[in-house]
Amino acid sequence: MAAGTLRVVCYLNQFFGQLGGEEKAGVGPQVVDGAVGAARAVQQALGDAGTVVATVICGDNYAAEQAERATAELVSLVAAARPDLLVAGPAFLAGRYGVACGALCVAAQAELKIATVTGMHAENPGVELYRRQVYVVQTGAEATRMLPEVQRLVALGLKLARGEAIGAPAAHGYFARGVTRNIVAGANAADRAVAMLLDKLAGRAFTTEVPRPAFPPVAAPRLVKTLAGATIALVTDGGLVPRGNPDGIEALNATRYGAYSIEGKSSLDAAQYDNPHRGYDTTWVKQDPHRLVPVDVARELEQSGAIGKLHETIYSTVGVATTLAQSARMGREIAEKLRAAGVDAVILTST
Amino acid sequence: MTPVAVMVGANRIVSAAGIIHPLGSADLSPEDEKALRRRIVEQALQALRTEVAKPTVFGRE
Repeated sequence: MAAGTLRVVCYLNQFFGQLGGEEKAGVGPQVVDGAVGAARAVQQALGDAGTVVATVICGDNYAAEQAERATAELVSLVAAARPDLLVAGPAFLAGRYGVACGALCVAAQAELKIATVTGMHAENPGVELYRRQVYVVQTGAEATRMLPEVQRLVALGLKLARGEAIGAPAAHGYFARGVTRNIVAGANAADRAVAMLLDKLAGRAFTTEVPRPAFPPVAAPRLVKTLAGATIALVTDGGLVPRGNPDGIEALNATRYGAYSIEGKSSLDAAQYDNPHRGYDTTWVKQDPHRLVPVDVARELEQSGAIGKLHETIYSTVGVATTLAQSARMGREIAEKLRAAGVDAVILTST
Repeated sequence: MTPVAVMVGANRIVSAAGIIHPLGSADLSPEDEKALRRRIVEQALQALRTEVAKPTVFGRE
């Protein structure tokens, strides 16, 4: 190999690695010398800049069903080929493949300290899972334009492997990684905003500098049980905590939540509670915590039989400047605990 | 804050008594305040039993 050329390893699933279709999805990790299957397109895109020294292949089901084991095995196969760059996929819209590509890239970056790049369609679940940690180049849904798509992966991968500066997501066609970087703009914000508005009014294409987060729709299950037969839980993002804030829930940008027992309590004693929330004036809910978490009336409704049972644990966090990712994680964890405890429905009080 | 709740896709939203005391009001007598709270909680319970297809705000009365 000529001096200055890079050693590249490709990762492919069983289909793109030409082992077979769905019937071969269970095959475990294996390695082939040089470029096979879709890795040939990578070699073609690399030209003289690098050599595909090995192609690592794994079945989609094997990678999905025993993800940790598969990733560990794949990393050691990649390591044995001593690459400077790992090109995973592109996975297009194939979900299992995309997740496997993302997981392998993350592990290879962390354990082998090598550059990695992958490619997927915007709706591949691997994008949302890994775009913050891995450069994921946006591709079409299907492999109909393999070579031009691979050329974009390789172009970015070469820059990464050479330690060159990486431009904005739009410049290289990768999914935003949630990284904010200072740049010197050609015009001030007012000029840019007016230019954008003029483009919008004229029906011309324009690119926002602050994309709004996407909120995918959430299915709305209805409480099918009667209220008299249902267990109801109280949850809040208004910051109620026991005095002393034992879980150290942050005053803003929270990453933690607390689970607090109300067993045996028909009401909340203000002296036993506190509130670290820095996003609103907490004077009134400190005077009377029921103004945030209505344990008193919920207990009455329980005793009168209007609801079957009030869940004996309340969950609380601070919802101010909390990132969407942290909110989603905490919500998921709380929901899992509530479901495991047999809770049928939740009243979440928010400030 | 109900427009924010709609924007982020919360499905059943009950309009409550304000940001600083969603389930109470320091301006009311203790009895009236608790009655207000009870109405809001009962509204939430009814909302849970109501079929919705998109983010829906349930009024307080």
